[in-house]
Amino acid sequence: MQLDIQNVSKRFGTFQALRDVSLSIDSGELVALLGPSGSGKTTLLRIIAGLETPDSGQVLFEGENVSDLSARHRQVGFVFQHYALFRHMTVFENVAFGLRVRKQRPSKGTIEAKVRELLHLVQLESMGDRYPSQLSGGQRQRVALARALAIEPRVLLLDEPFGALDAQVRKELRRWLRRLHDEMGITGVFVTHDQEEALEVADRVVVTHRGGIEQVGSPAEIYDHPATPFIYQFLGNVNRLSVRLHQGAARIGGLAFPAGGFENAQDLPGIAFVRPHDLGISAEGTEGIPVSLRHAVVIGPTVRLELEGPDHLTLEAELSRSAFDALKAHPGQALWARPESVRAFLEEGER
Amino acid sequence: MSVLAHRLREPSVIPGFGITLGVTLTALSLVVLIPLSALFLKAAGLGFSDFIATAFDSRAMAAYGLSFGAALVAALVNLFFGTLVAWVLVRYRFAGKRILDALIDLPFALPTAVAGIALTTLFAPNGAFGSVLEPLGIKVAFTRLGVILAMIFIGLPFVVRSVQPVLEDLESEVEEAAASLGASRLQTLWLVVLPSLLPALISGFALAFARAVGEYGSIIFIAGNMPGQTEIAPLLIIIKLEQYNYAGATAIASVMLIISFVLLFVINRLQHWRQSRMEGR
Amino acid sequence: MTSNSSRNEPLLVRGLLILVALTYLGLFLGAPLVTVFAEAWAKGPEIYFKALGQADSLAAVRLTLITAAIAVPVNLVFGLCASWAIAKFEFRGKSLLMTLIDLPFSVSPVISGLVFVLLFGLQGWFGPFLAEHGIKLIFAVPGIVLATIFVTFPFIARELIPLMQEQGREEEEAALMLGASGWQCFWHITLPNAKWGLMYGVLLCNARAMGEFGAVSVVSGHIRGLTNTMPLHVEILYNEYNFVAAFAVATLLAALALVTLVAKSLLEWRYAAELNSVKRA
Repeated sequence: MQLDIQNVSKRFGTFQALRDVSLSIDSGELVALLGPSGSGKTTLLRIIAGLETPDSGQVLFEGENVSDLSARHRQVGFVFQHYALFRHMTVFENVAFGLRVRKQRPSKGTIEAKVRELLHLVQLESMGDRYPSQLSGGQRQRVALARALAIEPRVLLLDEPFGALDAQVRKELRRWLRRLHDEMGITGVFVTHDQEEALEVADRVVVTHRGGIEQVGSPAEIYDHPATPFIYQFLGNVNRLSVRLHQGAARIGGLAFPAGGFENAQDLPGIAFVRPHDLGISAEGTEGIPVSLRHAVVIGPTVRLELEGPDHLTLEAELSRSAFDALKAHPGQALWARPESVRAFLEEGER
Repeated sequence: MSVLAHRLREPSVIPGFGITLGVTLTALSLVVLIPLSALFLKAAGLGFSDFIATAFDSRAMAAYGLSFGAALVAALVNLFFGTLVAWVLVRYRFAGKRILDALIDLPFALPTAVAGIALTTLFAPNGAFGSVLEPLGIKVAFTRLGVILAMIFIGLPFVVRSVQPVLEDLESEVEEAAASLGASRLQTLWLVVLPSLLPALISGFALAFARAVGEYGSIIFIAGNMPGQTEIAPLLIIIKLEQYNYAGATAIASVMLIISFVLLFVINRLQHWRQSRMEGR
Repeated sequence: MTSNSSRNEPLLVRGLLILVALTYLGLFLGAPLVTVFAEAWAKGPEIYFKALGQADSLAAVRLTLITAAIAVPVNLVFGLCASWAIAKFEFRGKSLLMTLIDLPFSVSPVISGLVFVLLFGLQGWFGPFLAEHGIKLIFAVPGIVLATIFVTFPFIARELIPLMQEQGREEEEAALMLGASGWQCFWHITLPNAKWGLMYGVLLCNARAMGEFGAVSVVSGHIRGLTNTMPLHVEILYNEYNFVAAFAVATLLAALALVTLVAKSLLEWRYAAELNSVKRA
């Protein structure tokens, strides 16, 4: 189902949760709303569901304005952050609930068959008689999902779906959700503050910040070409350098890198971001930033180097094991760090 | 209408706000607010000098003195023993603890008239306790001591029940930390445990006090009800009513109510303070 | 269990504290309870059952049951409405509303009765109007019911509000998202989740409704066989020096109190998690 959000704003008291947000989600897409807490992502999700009413703007399902349609009638599947399972009902009864409260209630056999099918889908066939309190976190999550799917929702919304799970279960469930989505082809939106989760699971990532949308793009686009300093810093794992912007170049020390968009800049203060694996390290040569090796940590096949540059600059670099071995570096040794790709911004532009 | 509702409350998808709040406010007004305001309107209609004359004559003053004075003593006794009982129930293990814990609420559950006649029978000169105390020169039944005793009974659960949960939630690390820093057990109790119980102690004390001030049923049997001596204020209200002296009853009731409300307000503030202190906001 | 030495007193101190607590509770709670049954059975079972079988006693039991059968459901409906409005919505004046609901707790039972006399008594606001139409509220059953509702007004709401606040609105929202109506939401989700807290509240409300003395005493008129509830009947019998009969009726009320305490404790032990928010409130 095609989902459109048009100029939606929402304020809670003095707090502006969303400001004039517009977004289109294609049928069958799985979209992640990624942002820090308070960025408005959960509010947006709840507005799509009809659990909150926007102050202005509208939500369209398949081109039809659903603003006046109550949550009850929107036919939206919603998976709550803490699952909101009905604690006094068994797993079976939880999943069957949406079918049983319908005006045209399906026959008992139909409900039974449908619930069995869903429990099979979420791999909980044998758990139908259990109560939520008897399940693990991952199992509860899957019950919540099966319950939401039972009403054959037009769109599936998930609020921090993996937030309350431990790392191992989270990883498994992530892949499983992705597979499930691919099999069912349902339009899905999920909220997360974990960039890894967003980048791994979603077709498209929407980065939210202070009630607005910062960037929309594929996971690769978001990771490789963050649009703003905020996204660089939010995604993390990046070195931040102070540079001077001058006639289309970002200068640091004796080096200059092309900086698109600043062709007319005349020696302005700027910041540049470079990812650790985009930092070339060599023992000889004169090209690059002079640094000394503080220490090196071996993490599986890669080695993470902590480098100290001029003016108390701390840089992080990532090398393959073999490249590091070839370097034969020891702590304290002077090295050269050469950024291979940087992205520069004006300093005022930093929010 | 919807604009008004919108301003007064946060919008929510959950239905039923209007009807449930409507029923709540209607019931509250009919059952509580209108009857109580009837009392104050009646009192206001008495005229100032009349009001003072009836509300503060010597018999009424003696009654307030007894009700508030005895309630204060009873609440203090309960403060001490209630804390001790709560401590024993939370910290120690012994046979029959659960039964004892359940029994604490007896004064809430036992009708006051039943408590009244039972206490009177026990402490009457020929009763089980009275016959022991009488030769020692201690008279309980039909004296002020009897009033205090009945008030201790009905106020007993309040301090225990307000201290108990706080004591249960008290982290053992805090006491262990105090001990590891060299504090003696008494110092730990005095400097660490007691201050964290303080808000609960105060609110338990205030609740026990307020309950005792208004109490009627359990007291009138044991009190003897001598005007000016062992006559509590609620009884005086009833006596005035029986003499069809509605104005007098109203005046005394207003004085008691105002004091109760001030108490309620103080308790409320205390609980507020306690919450904000515990949450560190 | 923590058996840490830094948190435990020496055995002797522990023993002493337990002893003091046991003595205190035995004196104030155990002894009166035992007295009730001992006095009632003092002259043997025959006289006990004869006292209970008297027409006046049976009439008092019947009136008490009728009163509770009206007051408890009224407060149940009110409690459900109030807790739904307060726990599921955010609106202005909420804390004031909660304070007002608690108001009857801080009003002396005698005053609770008095306000209805001032409203509906012969000299009261609506007295002349009621007399004209031949309606008798005061010194009649309706007055007793009204005063009982007033006194027990906060009981159920007070148990339900913190419980439902703690449970939040997510489950209701989930049910709505799955297509449930407001009524289905209440019936299938809210009510089952709150049922133990509800039972708890009903239990306490019922105990107070059946045992209320002061408020009912003011409005009843004490007409034997007609407007005497059980606690009032206990008083009359006692004042007539008919001690065995007074204590015989009192045993029924004491048994009610014990059943209430047992049921309450069972609920607390069995559903500790669900009721925690209630106990802490």
